[in-house]
Amino acid sequence: MHTIRNWLLATALVAIVAPAHAVLNVFATVPEWGALTEELGGDKVKVYTATNALQDPHHVEAKPSLIARARNADLVVATGAELEVGWLPLVIQQAGNPKVRPGQPGHFEAAAYVTLLDKPARLDRAEGDVHAAGDPHIQTDPRNIARVATALATRLAELDPANADMYRTRYQAFDDKWRAAIARWEREGTPLRGVPVLVQHKAFTYLIAWLGLKQIAALEPKPGVEPTVAYLSEVLATVQRQPAKMVLRAAYQGDRPSQWIAERAKIAPVVLPFTVGGDAEAKDLTSLFDDTIARLLKGAQ
Amino acid sequence: MSRSFWATALLASLLVTPSIALAATDAELAEIRDQIKQMKESYETRIRALEDRLKAAEAAAPAPAAAPAPAAAATPASTPYSASMLAAFNPGIAVVLQGNYQYLKQDPAQYAFNNIQLGEETSPGRRGFGLGESEINFSASVDHLFAGSLTVSLAPDNSVSVEEAYGLVTALPYGIVPKFGRFFSGVGYMNEQHQHAWDFQDAPLAYQAFFGNQFTQDGLQIKWVAPTDILLEFGAEIGNGDAFPGSPRNSNGAGAWSGFVHAGGDVGASSSWRAGVSYLETKAVDRVGRLPDTAGNITQTSFGGKTRTTIADFVWKYAPDGNATRTNFKLQGEYFWQRASGDLTYDSDGALGLTQTDAYSANQSGWYLQGIWQFVPMWRVGFRYDRLNQGTPDYGANAAFLATDPFSPQRSTLMFDWTPSEFSRVRIQYAQNKERPGFTDNEFFLQYILTLGAHGAHKF
Repeated sequence: MHTIRNWLLATALVAIVAPAHAVLNVFATVPEWGALTEELGGDKVKVYTATNALQDPHHVEAKPSLIARARNADLVVATGAELEVGWLPLVIQQAGNPKVRPGQPGHFEAAAYVTLLDKPARLDRAEGDVHAAGDPHIQTDPRNIARVATALATRLAELDPANADMYRTRYQAFDDKWRAAIARWEREGTPLRGVPVLVQHKAFTYLIAWLGLKQIAALEPKPGVEPTVAYLSEVLATVQRQPAKMVLRAAYQGDRPSQWIAERAKIAPVVLPFTVGGDAEAKDLTSLFDDTIARLLKGAQ
Repeated sequence: MSRSFWATALLASLLVTPSIALAATDAELAEIRDQIKQMKESYETRIRALEDRLKAAEAAAPAPAAAPAPAAAATPASTPYSASMLAAFNPGIAVVLQGNYQYLKQDPAQYAFNNIQLGEETSPGRRGFGLGESEINFSASVDHLFAGSLTVSLAPDNSVSVEEAYGLVTALPYGIVPKFGRFFSGVGYMNEQHQHAWDFQDAPLAYQAFFGNQFTQDGLQIKWVAPTDILLEFGAEIGNGDAFPGSPRNSNGAGAWSGFVHAGGDVGASSSWRAGVSYLETKAVDRVGRLPDTAGNITQTSFGGKTRTTIADFVWKYAPDGNATRTNFKLQGEYFWQRASGDLTYDSDGALGLTQTDAYSANQSGWYLQGIWQFVPMWRVGFRYDRLNQGTPDYGANAAFLATDPFSPQRSTLMFDWTPSEFSRVRIQYAQNKERPGFTDNEFFLQYILTLGAHGAHKF
């Protein structure tokens, strides 16, 4: 008896809701793509960001709130490359929204539009939390964001053809602004070229490649595996042979390993926002990189 | 119409081969230009990719000596994911390996509650070293309409059973998700979780007493997710009701119906919750159970009739800033009410030569509340309190044989586990289980859970 009532309710709600969406409902898995979609879509998109910058993007659960938001999404903007493998497929499956299933126009994976680095030579869980397709933390290189922006703007225009011109205009404006900003960051970042660094988690591959930093070692023995004191001591020995300027960690990670090594190796611990919202300064994509460069320059002094 | 279409198609396919020069129309020229443009774009992407890789290789190069770029750098940008051709269409395969050591003060063969008929499979397990249940799961999209999942369970006694084998319709819009086959019912909170995902090795007493550990449907489920910002999920199921508290009935009709509503959402960035109410009705014929008699011996009984179960459940999870990797806390509880009415046969296997059937009705309840705290990365501690309220069942004439003194079984469990990665867990657990008057069990478990293969889903 209850079910019949539910079905009636369902039909009624669908009738009310269906014609009402004038804006695209976008479900962004991580803050950087949420921010990018807002840059490109303006008031034509309503963005829900599933995680915040202080969450470890590898370990998210298929929470009720995520299922509810994916249910109403017109577009899911994800990183892909297995970053969300633990929760996004389940969320999409439970949400009953075929528009945003992988392979549909409503499913966008940023990693498909950039060249992934660090494709593992050996696929084995003994190597830690490895991603078969390559390192998924692509957002730490602004040139990747430019590439994703091109594809995302096209996708938004496809999904919402009525506003296609607007998306194109906004994309042009963003692209101009972004290219100028990249040139500025590269100029500002010149002193960072060749600076040796340690990283807590292998989260900055793209940033390091972009700015020409030199990664000496990672504090995690294997990606995603908490460092032990024994392993940190090995890293310390490496640093004593091959000095590093600073140790980088993302805002979402605990500070103990970097503090440990920073104190003993007398180097600067540098917390990078990693994505939009990672610290008070990183309010949007531009300030994310402004702040990242500023913090790196400070650490390199 | 169709002939001209085929002609155009043939012409178009010939034009793709550049060696064949044909008188080209404007449209065809445009097509060629388009193709050249596409090729150009593709090469540009590749060159850009190579440049990026070269840069990366330079940055990563340990020595200043000019090392040649690795040959692997030729991977084109346009195909970032390339699964091996053989593996491409294989389903995701995951295997769960479990084993334990159990110290049980009381003989597990004597495990029974006054007034509550435990199902055949409900037991604290064996004493000493033992293999746990091994599990193999296959899952994949079937096609553009369906997805499928099979979970085979290999019991330590070398028996194989189909734990779950279901199809899902993935193509329906408006939040409608039908599921069919054999699946863990969506009633309650823990019922849908596989045993290796539980926070304690064994099921709460309420699940043991009222669901025989876990209720499985062979049938159909339809869920509907409402278009709201907080989760509102409605579900209904119909099935054969073969599983406890039902039993196989040799009937064309359905033996189990259920309905449930779940609501859930977030409070700030740090808390998430889900709460639900479920109802399940099952029919049974000659369902084998066990009850202690007046002399304290465990006797076999059988039940025929209807069982109605209502469950209220909630779970609340807290992690600072939502980052559960470091520290988190989880509070979870469920309350069961179960009404049963029908006939009870005492000594149904005739072991005592006292076989007798009479009317039976009971109104019972049970609940548990548990908290799990991850105090540093990888380490968790948990406590669970269980209780059953057996009420005063009406046994009719059978009351003369059965131990009917009112007693509420209760259990306190302490758990401590280590999870070095997402794929492994080692746990110790201690429980004090007050089963019956004067019958208290002290249980100590040491358990491992290993998962290999496909990455599991992080279920809430």
